[in-house]
Order: sequence, then structure tokens, then C-alpha cells
Amino acid sequence: MLDCTPEGPVETHTTGKINPAKTCQPLGAMYAALGIHGCLPHSHGSQGCCAYHRMALTRHFRDPAMASSSSFTEGASVFGGAANLKTSIKNVFAIYNPDIIAVHTTCLSETIGDDVPTIIRQSEIPEGKYVIHANTPSYHGSHVTGFSNMCKGIVSYLAESDGTPKKERVNIFPGFVNPADMREVRRIVTEMGVPSVMYPDTTDVMDSPLLNRYEMYPRGGAAIADIIDSGNSKMTLALGAWSSAEAAAILQDKCGVPGVPLKLPIGVKATDALIMAVKDGFGVDVPESLDIERGQVIDTMIDTHFHYQGKTVAIFGDPDIVIAMTEFLITLGMIPKYVLTGTNGKQFETTINGMLAEAGIEGSKVRAEGDLFDLHEWIKEESVDLLMGNTHGKYIARAEDIPLVRIGFPIMDRAVHPLMPVTGYRGCLRLIEMISNTLLERRDRDCADEDYELVL
Amino acid sequence: MENTCSLTRDTDALITERRNSIITTGKTNTSISCTEDSLAGSVSQRACVFCGARVVLNPVTDAVHLVHGPIGCAAYTNDIRGSLSSGSEMYRKSFSTDMKEKDVIFGGEKKLAACIAELVETYHPPAIFVYSTCVAGMIGDDIVAVCNQASLAYGIDVIPVESSGFISGNKIVGYRAAGEALLRLITPKEGEVIEKTRKLNFLGEYNLGGEKWVVERYLREIGIGINVAFTGDSTVEALKKAPGSCLNLVQCTGSMHWLANVMQQEYGIPSIDVNFFGAENTAESLRKIAAFYDDPDISARTEALIEREMTAVRKVNEKYRQKLEGKRAAIYVGGAFKAFAIIRQLTELGIEIVLTGTQTGKKNEYERMGSLLNEGTVIIDDANPAEIEKFLIEQKVDVMAGGVKERFLAYKLGVGFIDHNHDRKDGLIGFEGAIRFTKEVYATTCSPVWKYVRNEYGETDR
Repeated sequence: MLDCTPEGPVETHTTGKINPAKTCQPLGAMYAALGIHGCLPHSHGSQGCCAYHRMALTRHFRDPAMASSSSFTEGASVFGGAANLKTSIKNVFAIYNPDIIAVHTTCLSETIGDDVPTIIRQSEIPEGKYVIHANTPSYHGSHVTGFSNMCKGIVSYLAESDGTPKKERVNIFPGFVNPADMREVRRIVTEMGVPSVMYPDTTDVMDSPLLNRYEMYPRGGAAIADIIDSGNSKMTLALGAWSSAEAAAILQDKCGVPGVPLKLPIGVKATDALIMAVKDGFGVDVPESLDIERGQVIDTMIDTHFHYQGKTVAIFGDPDIVIAMTEFLITLGMIPKYVLTGTNGKQFETTINGMLAEAGIEGSKVRAEGDLFDLHEWIKEESVDLLMGNTHGKYIARAEDIPLVRIGFPIMDRAVHPLMPVTGYRGCLRLIEMISNTLLERRDRDCADEDYELVL
Repeated sequence: MENTCSLTRDTDALITERRNSIITTGKTNTSISCTEDSLAGSVSQRACVFCGARVVLNPVTDAVHLVHGPIGCAAYTNDIRGSLSSGSEMYRKSFSTDMKEKDVIFGGEKKLAACIAELVETYHPPAIFVYSTCVAGMIGDDIVAVCNQASLAYGIDVIPVESSGFISGNKIVGYRAAGEALLRLITPKEGEVIEKTRKLNFLGEYNLGGEKWVVERYLREIGIGINVAFTGDSTVEALKKAPGSCLNLVQCTGSMHWLANVMQQEYGIPSIDVNFFGAENTAESLRKIAAFYDDPDISARTEALIEREMTAVRKVNEKYRQKLEGKRAAIYVGGAFKAFAIIRQLTELGIEIVLTGTQTGKKNEYERMGSLLNEGTVIIDDANPAEIEKFLIEQKVDVMAGGVKERFLAYKLGVGFIDHNHDRKDGLIGFEGAIRFTKEVYATTCSPVWKYVRNEYGETDR
């Protein structure tokens, strides 16, 4: 059942994609825009795109994702979308009253060549309100590229430097991760006594609490004033090369805030690196509380290492998550056998291959811009003990009878994940719990009666 | 909950241009404005032409569904809804030409032709549907020519679906594109003769959560066979035999009326509208079908089945009616046929409908809807979340039926929710579906969790 690869020898297809391991730019742009307080993302194109992106985000986060659309029809497609965008800006401020509109383009408006910055300049924008934009043609890159492009848009339009000495404060560009991951990173930095500005910040937006009143713009998200002032911070932590590095580079150029490129803080090494960057940047000590947390992780790794050590893993998803996760899997003594992302960027393969070589792991397959058909063919050729990735992996998991640990985006068939971090030391514990317990469940399920044990 | 809308401005969430799209039964004299393009800048719940075509065609289980466009179009509609197959799982795979910048500049026809060639060689599918998307349509890729050429070259049906998203803001245009593709598939080739049978076709049934199988079982019991469903759990071969049927049932009218009309003209197949959502509707539909066959045995078996099943439904409904009587409901769904069914079912449970609307309803459908509802019910065409929010609060709604984009909005407002759309996995069709619906409505409307939402830290019940 659900065997999605053809019979016969392993082949890879050369044209198009089968079961994509990515989706398109505007989704990432919409998610990034939702991380500004009081922002209504606006999709400049036909309304289908907007509906899909809202649906995809809603399915993952189980929270409403609001966004408006230019509602292109044939007329706009032929004569250009300027009138639609101007009308949209007017209507959105009139009906939905956001503080800021973040426009992103779609295939359609890109193909007809709408000059969005010019149209914005020609639009009526109420006093004290903002309209920003990002170009996000869907036929280039992936949703991660779109997230990065909107982050760049936020910096370009909003961040300012007033030339005074820099404030003892750190900017955090958290990358395309869940709200809980962002909250965890901020907690660690706060624990170290360093004030921070994080954007995008989807905490309390895409995991908003159910209080006694519904808000179209939940209380979360980065405040516009803080984003503007981020040009005066002392440094920027850019978490994730694909999702955050370019925005940090622009902020460095524009306002002279040095950007420190880091991996997403998933796993012990990457979390250590985050903490050391803050320590070195601000001359603060690592508090005992974080020492204790780290010690708990190491203790747990020793308690559990025999659950997973030496097991082979196939991992797929967004490059920033997969890179950090692969590093952690190696730390755990596991063997990342197949590592794949749908997003383009040769650096992915170089980075992963470097990690594998350093760990002395041979015979692994690594691919940027692959798809789940590729991954499935590899697994059919030689199976693995564990599959890690988003919900789309469940078909491979079932067809090949491999346990799946869900991580990344989108997860549409499990709950609570947006509120549970995989970043930081707490994230380490959660990942170990998921990996260990999944493998142990499988062992209990598969073993013969005489091997069924109380203590594992 | 505080009874105020999150939009605090004096616009009260409604914009002037939208006022004709919202009516109140018994109070508004003008008829509703609908089937128009959405307002630029609105947060529309509507999707696109491509989506309309995709949901109709995707359940053809053994066909390859190839989306000619950038990756997103295929990614978002991969397994777009839980339609089930009894055989091939080919339709669950997501094939995309993955158009890139250079394809947009130089044209994507060559890449499309190469993809088709590779898919034919790898999978030997009986048919390939090639969907056009916004970009493919905009740059003018001639998918019809590419498909025709491939059909000739490989001797299989390679069928273009002209579903560029921007053609219209209304999914109905996509339904029509799908209808045309299906018509092309089922039109007999030269010299081909399709044998006439006493079986019927079931149009506008997509086997969500196995719903086609439920109706098939009822019909089998009364002595009637289904030739093929359009398109739930269908195969290319079965669809090609469609012209041999003696009757077309039309359930989802929005997507299938056009095709039913053409099949009547071309093949002389009469059609009747049916609706298997809700016990009363199911009974009525079965009786209509039995009447068409005009066979005393079939009629007797039909009555026996209805009697048996209705007894079970009544027992459940009576039990839950006591708990649900007087609750207030909202309905916002894609098409009108579904709205009619839900209105009837909820009314049978003693629930009052205070708000209803659709993405794609037509004028005559809205008129019929108005006649089914009490005075003072709000009816909205192409609602946006701000409007839904406003009326959920104003009308003091307890439970809402709708799709994924409405679900979490309802929850945030302390309103129970029942999915009647793409994210539902358990069938709601027939008598057993009616029972399941009742139980789900009860579970969400009367969930203990609302006590914690509606009260602050254990204060008195509302």
C-alpha cells in the first residue's frame, strides 16, 4: 500500500519533481510577516495562492493565519496589478486596520512584472502606518527563500540607525522555526542577562492563547518600534544560513550592526555556539541555570545512548533544520545515511558532507534540491532504522515500515508541536525523548514474546 | 467571551462594496449579490480555478496528475482531501514540472513534454491529466498541443486541464475545466462502442472518507449497481464506460451539472439530483432512484432499508436532540448543496441556523436557502474572516460547520466546529454518516472544554 516508487531497479527521475520536499516562496514570506505585531500579510496575485498559504499555515499551527489578497483576475493579469494593489492597500487599512501591511509577490505578479516598490510609493498610506514588500517569485527557491526575502524586506524598510553608540542589546533573527523554538532562544539569551529584539517573532501569534477575547492581531509579534531600533543594537545573531543570513548582512550594511552567522540552535553543539556567541559578544558569564540545563542533556544522553547509538537515519526538510539536526544526530552517535532538502543551494551538500567526513561516516547520500521520490528510492535500495522529517514522510514510513519522528514544516497530522521547542537544551531533551521512545516503541512492537521486556 | 468584534473601527467589519453580498432573511428586500470577483484586499476564503479542477479530477486513482507550474501549486494540492481508493494509489503522488525562472522566460513546453515522456516510461499510466497553472497560462505555454502530441506518440489519453488560477476568482470555472477534461476522457474513440447497462453513474461524489462505498452498499442492497462515480475511487477504464449508463445521479451540483447536461445531450442519459448528506435526504434520494427504475422489488427493498436505517438514526437523534435543542449554528461551506444538507440536519436536531453562506453559491441557490431558514438569518456570499467573526459574535453562535480556514477562527471565539470539507477523514454520508454527524455536533457543541473558555477561572456558567 502507498508504495510511491515504481517496481524494478532504482532510478532517479531527471525532469520535474515527484512528491516535493519543499513548497513555494510566498508561504515563507507570509509566515515571516505574521511575526510582526499588528501586521496583515498581503499576497499580490490571484487569490488561490493566498488561500493555499493560509491553509498550509493553519494546518501546521492550528491557529488562524490572516492574510489578504490582491484577487487578480484576467484583467489585472493583462493590464498589470497596480490598480489592484492600490485598492487593496486602501481597503486593507479601511477594513482590517493593521499597523503594517507586508506585501509579497506571487508567480503571477512577478511574471507580468509589477513594480511593487513604485506602486507602494504611489499608494495612500495612512499616517503612522507602514507598507513593506518582498519579491517572492515561486519559480525560484522555496518557502525558506521566501522567508529570507521577507526578513530582508523588513530590515530594508524599517531598521534604522541613529548613529549613537550601539545599545547593549542583541538582535535575533530566529529562522523559519516554530514559535516555541523562538521563545526558547529568547529565554536563553534573557537568562544570560542580555536584552534582545527578535524578528520575525511568531510567538503568541501562531500559538496564540485562547483568552477571553479574540484578537485579529494577537498580542505577540515583534513591535515595529523595536524593529526600527534594531539598527542600534550591538550585534545580530543570524540563526540559519538559508533563512537569516542575508537579512543580517543587509542590517550590517545598512546600520553597521555586525551579524554573527550561526546554525539553528538545535542540538548541544549548536546551542553551545549560540551561548558562546552571546558570552563573547557581551562579555557576560554563562549563568549556572544554563550549566545545569546542559548537564541534564549530557546526563540524558549517557542514560539513553544505547537506545539509538549506531542506528541509521534518513532525514529531510528545510536546509537550516536538517543541517543542525544532522549535527545533533552525529553527536548522538547515530548515522545520517540519507540527508535531503528540497531547497536549492550547493552549500547544503558541502556542509553536510563536511560533517559526515569529520565524523568518519562513509557511504551516506546527500542531496540539495531533491524530492521525496529520490529519498524513497534510496531507502528502497537500502533501508534505515529511523526516518525524520515532516508529515509528507509518512507515506515512505508506511510503505517501508520505518518509524517516523516528525520534525520541521509542515506537520499536519500531529498536535502541540508549535508549542514544544526543538531548539536549545530543552529542545535536545525533547528530541532525545522522541527519538528514543520511537525506537523503543518499535522494539516493543516488533519483538517476539520471549524477548518482550519490562525494563529497556 | 466579550461580545465585541476584534475590529474596533466604525467600519464594523463591513465594507460598502460588500453590503450587497450579505442579506438577512425577512429583512433584506434585494437579492444577494454573488458569483462576482472578490474585492481586492479582502481576506477571501475562496481558492482558485486550479483548485476547483484539482479537487474534481484528483480522485481518478490510476491516472497521473501532472501539474505544469512552479512547485507550490503541486505541493499545496498534494492529497488535497481525503478521497480513498480501493486500488491504485497513483493519484496520491504529487507530480510537478517544477517550473523555474528559465522556463518562465523561455517557455515550459519542452520541459512538460520531457516530464510526460519520463512518466509514461516509468509508470505506464492509462491516462495523464496535465493541469495548467497561472504561470503556464500567463507565458502562453500551449499545453493542448503538447498533450495532443503526447497522446499520439504514446497511445494513451494525455488530457490538458485548462485551469490557470487567474482566469477567475471562482472555483466553479475550474469545475468546468475538469468537466471538459472528463468529457474528453469518456468520449468514445472512433469505432468504439460502449455497451449500454442498467447501472448508473454517480456524479459529484469524491469518496471522501469512503463515502462512495457507503452509497454503493445501499444501492447494492436495493438491487442497483454503480457504473462509475465521478470521480471518487474511479479508474480511467471505468470512466470510459460512463456513456453506457442508464442514469446519472448528480450530488455536488456545482461541479457536475454541466457534465450531466452534456451527457444527456450526447448519450441520452437522464439525470436526477440527489443528496446523501443527512438521513432524510438519503431516504429521499433512494426513493427517487427507486422510482426511476420503476421496479416493485427495488421499491420494496428500498423501503425496507430506509425503515431499518431510519429507526437507528431516530434513536440517536432523539437522544442528542435533548442536549442540542435551542443551540445556534453557523454554516460556511464551499458549495450550496452541502449547505442545504447541513441546514436540514441541524434543524432536525433542534438547532437554529442563524448564519450561513458559501464561496460559490448561485442566485437561485441562495433564494432556496433563504426559503429554508427562519427570519433574521444572515446569509453571506464569499465571506471574509472579519465578517464571519462579527456575525458569530452578534448571532451568539454555539457551533459552526465549515472548512479548515474557519475552524480555528471559530475555536478562538469559543464556538464548536465541525469540518465538512477537505480536512475531514470520516465520511458524513448516508444514514451512518448522519449518525456520525449528530455525534460530532454534540461532541464539539457540548465539549467540557468550553466551560474553561467561557468562564474565567471557574466562575458561574454563562
